[in-house]
Amino acid sequence: MTGGAAPWRQAGALFVSPALLLILVFFIVPVFIALLLSFSDFDIYALGNLEHLRFIGLRNYTDLFGNPLFWTALWNTVYFVVIGGPLSMFVSLGAALLISSKLVRFKTLFRTVFFLPVVTTLVAVAVMWRYLYHPRYGLLNYALDGLGIEPIDWLGDPFWAMPAIILMAAWKNFGYNMIIFLAGLQSIPDSLYEAARIDGANRWQQFWHVTLPMLAPTFLFVAIITMIGYFQLFAEPYVMTQGGPSNATLSVVLFMYEQGFRWWNLGSAAAIAFVLFAIILAVTLIQLRLQGAR
Amino acid sequence: MDRFARLAMYAALLLGLVLTATPLLWMVSASFMASGEASAYPPRLLPADPTLEHYTALFSRMNLARYALNSALLATAITVTSLFINSMAGYAFAKLRFFGRDRIFKALLAALVIPVQVTMLPLFLMLKEMGLVNTYWGVLIPGMASIFGVFLIRQYALSIPDSLLDAARIDGAGEFRIYWSLVLPLIKPILVTLALFTFMGAWNDFMWPLIVLTDDSMYTLPVALANLLGEHVQDTELMMAGSVLTILPVTLLFIVLQRAYVEGIMMGSLKD
Repeated sequence: MTGGAAPWRQAGALFVSPALLLILVFFIVPVFIALLLSFSDFDIYALGNLEHLRFIGLRNYTDLFGNPLFWTALWNTVYFVVIGGPLSMFVSLGAALLISSKLVRFKTLFRTVFFLPVVTTLVAVAVMWRYLYHPRYGLLNYALDGLGIEPIDWLGDPFWAMPAIILMAAWKNFGYNMIIFLAGLQSIPDSLYEAARIDGANRWQQFWHVTLPMLAPTFLFVAIITMIGYFQLFAEPYVMTQGGPSNATLSVVLFMYEQGFRWWNLGSAAAIAFVLFAIILAVTLIQLRLQGAR
Repeated sequence: MDRFARLAMYAALLLGLVLTATPLLWMVSASFMASGEASAYPPRLLPADPTLEHYTALFSRMNLARYALNSALLATAITVTSLFINSMAGYAFAKLRFFGRDRIFKALLAALVIPVQVTMLPLFLMLKEMGLVNTYWGVLIPGMASIFGVFLIRQYALSIPDSLLDAARIDGAGEFRIYWSLVLPLIKPILVTLALFTFMGAWNDFMWPLIVLTDDSMYTLPVALANLLGEHVQDTELMMAGSVLTILPVTLLFIVLQRAYVEGIMMGSLKD
């Protein structure tokens, strides 16, 4: 059915055009405009009158790399990705392994409760966690007190603020990856475990030699989507700490938001967005390459 | 041995249950406490004398009904329009032929790695030029089509037998008719799933509404809640009531339709 001008060729083009047009105009084109914007000094004056707009080459980027605040934001974001990402993946995998075990009943109950934080509105749970973290009457410090641990000023101490945000993010997100791991675990054929058992493998060896290798593609997928998501850290620090204390939770996207929509330095904000894009792209490609190499 | 393993597993799962549920349960509980009760030490887990005053305050003084209406309206509009647009495209990518189909689809998938924040600054300027900043359209338009939605529909529509479509063509059905009365009913499960994803995504979205809505009567619930926190940071119980109301609709929706939602995640994560 390849030859001829079947009417459904036209229909095909017609059917995809609304979606493609919208994606092109409101997603792809803005990416290129953002690139141009990042080479300009677009600011509050240009917002009022485009005559004030000038192209300044790479100056936004060189200014950015010379700005200690940008490095702080980048460092904080990398901290969040490098610690928070694996932490949430580890918890997800643990939960998925427990739930998928043949020994466990009430799977749906556990799965549902573990997943609930994922569907909740981030702003609302961030508001709630602000109070859980309260140094004086927060539930968390009360629980720690029960264990004999001194109260911690979670969101007020520059050392603890990012760990606090990581903890909350892990709580909020682990259910999503858990579902993906569950799907991956289900797709491992029982016959592999049987063969391993016949060869005398114990539980741990089965996990190490069957489960983990078979989960490798799932791992890669989860690692990439988690990493992409975590690099976009914004609402948690916006609501819980406003980037403080002393910029300890200022993330790249929060920095971009403030440059762009608070100080209206749109050119500089676009440069920040592009650096973020470049980092995400590079890390994704490295992860894919590492997987391919094995 | 199995007995011990089983016990350890249940212990771990129960611990997980407690750690996951406690924050949410405390939020609900604190929302019924009298003002100041949540700031007691040692912390109270249950309200001594449950009250609805914070909920009534939210509606009578803080315009919450308006924000809820904004959220519901926007999330519904985004869901309905994007479902229509994405399902047409997804079906076409799966079953119809047109110039450059596979190449375009691959390019779309590659574009998934672009963080949406890159587009926000130009999008804001474009919408400002169009006079759409601080309108419902400003929130709706960028949500009307999504690469993920097209992808999800396509994966599902691939399983529609070609013979069925050809039979309809031989019977003289037009292409739109085939899409509307044959394909849409066939892909209903994935439509439900995508509807759920889209609605929740739109309801929970924060950054874009925060940027594009400037007038506070236009705010969606998350934006309004973040804004309220600025003024009422001391009113723990009031903020908890606001959080409960923001979370409640999507949580209920998930509990009712969780099968569709969970299957959607699994489908989205499996490559063809």
